[in-house]
Amino acid sequence: MEIQTTQLKRCTVIKTSGRIDGSNAPQLSEALKAITAKGMKNIVFDMSGVVFVASAGWWVLIDTQKTCKPSGELVLVNIEKGIKDSLNLVGMGSYFNTFDDLTTAVGNF
Amino acid sequence: MPTKRFTCSLNNLEKISDYVTGFAKQAGLNETQVYAVQLAVDEASTNIIEHGYGQECPNRIDITCDVQEDGLKVVIYDDAAPFDPETVPKPEINVSLDEIKPRGLGIFLMRQMMDEVNYQSSLDTGNTLTMVKHREKRKTKQ
Repeated sequence: MEIQTTQLKRCTVIKTSGRIDGSNAPQLSEALKAITAKGMKNIVFDMSGVVFVASAGWWVLIDTQKTCKPSGELVLVNIEKGIKDSLNLVGMGSYFNTFDDLTTAVGNF
Repeated sequence: MPTKRFTCSLNNLEKISDYVTGFAKQAGLNETQVYAVQLAVDEASTNIIEHGYGQECPNRIDITCDVQEDGLKVVIYDDAAPFDPETVPKPEINVSLDEIKPRGLGIFLMRQMMDEVNYQSSLDTGNTLTMVKHREKRKTKQ
């Protein structure tokens, strides 16, 4: 799993692609923990290349959201429809602000 | 009905997904339904590896895909310790971020994503999880 991290003035953008499942969710968790450990709590997750998220992946994002709030926030961008539907179905959609484009997401901070 | 054997490893989740996806498309399921099958099978397989066998090992996860007239039937066989999904409490959903706990979500997702989920266990055949996704919701019998 390749994870790109870009530090902007007011937030950190993280991007990966492909699947997020039980095999690589720990890797994503490590990357996000490395960001929050530096005190950066405003995070934009660009999901434009992500095609699948299993529950293991959602728990990583929820854990990160718990760490970021209330001083900061993890927001999600460009979520594929099937992924978003499954997130909403289990009632977890309300834990994240979502955006359709990266510029708006970054501008949120 | 084609059956494919996978070893018990999280690294096989993508191969399992690819295998099932082919049949889901063949069964005429739409994009949302294909994703639902992918997610249900992934959650089931992850549960078998992490909670059934409890570790990565050479044991089997056999998956049979049956393209049916009105959808897809996926059957997953394993030899892990018997496990009754009914004993797993439903996750607390729609609770605050502080209250949400990481348990039971996989089984909940399987039930939400698929139209039928049935689990059986026996000493002879091991565990059998049968899940069905229909192309269209079945009409209620008159």
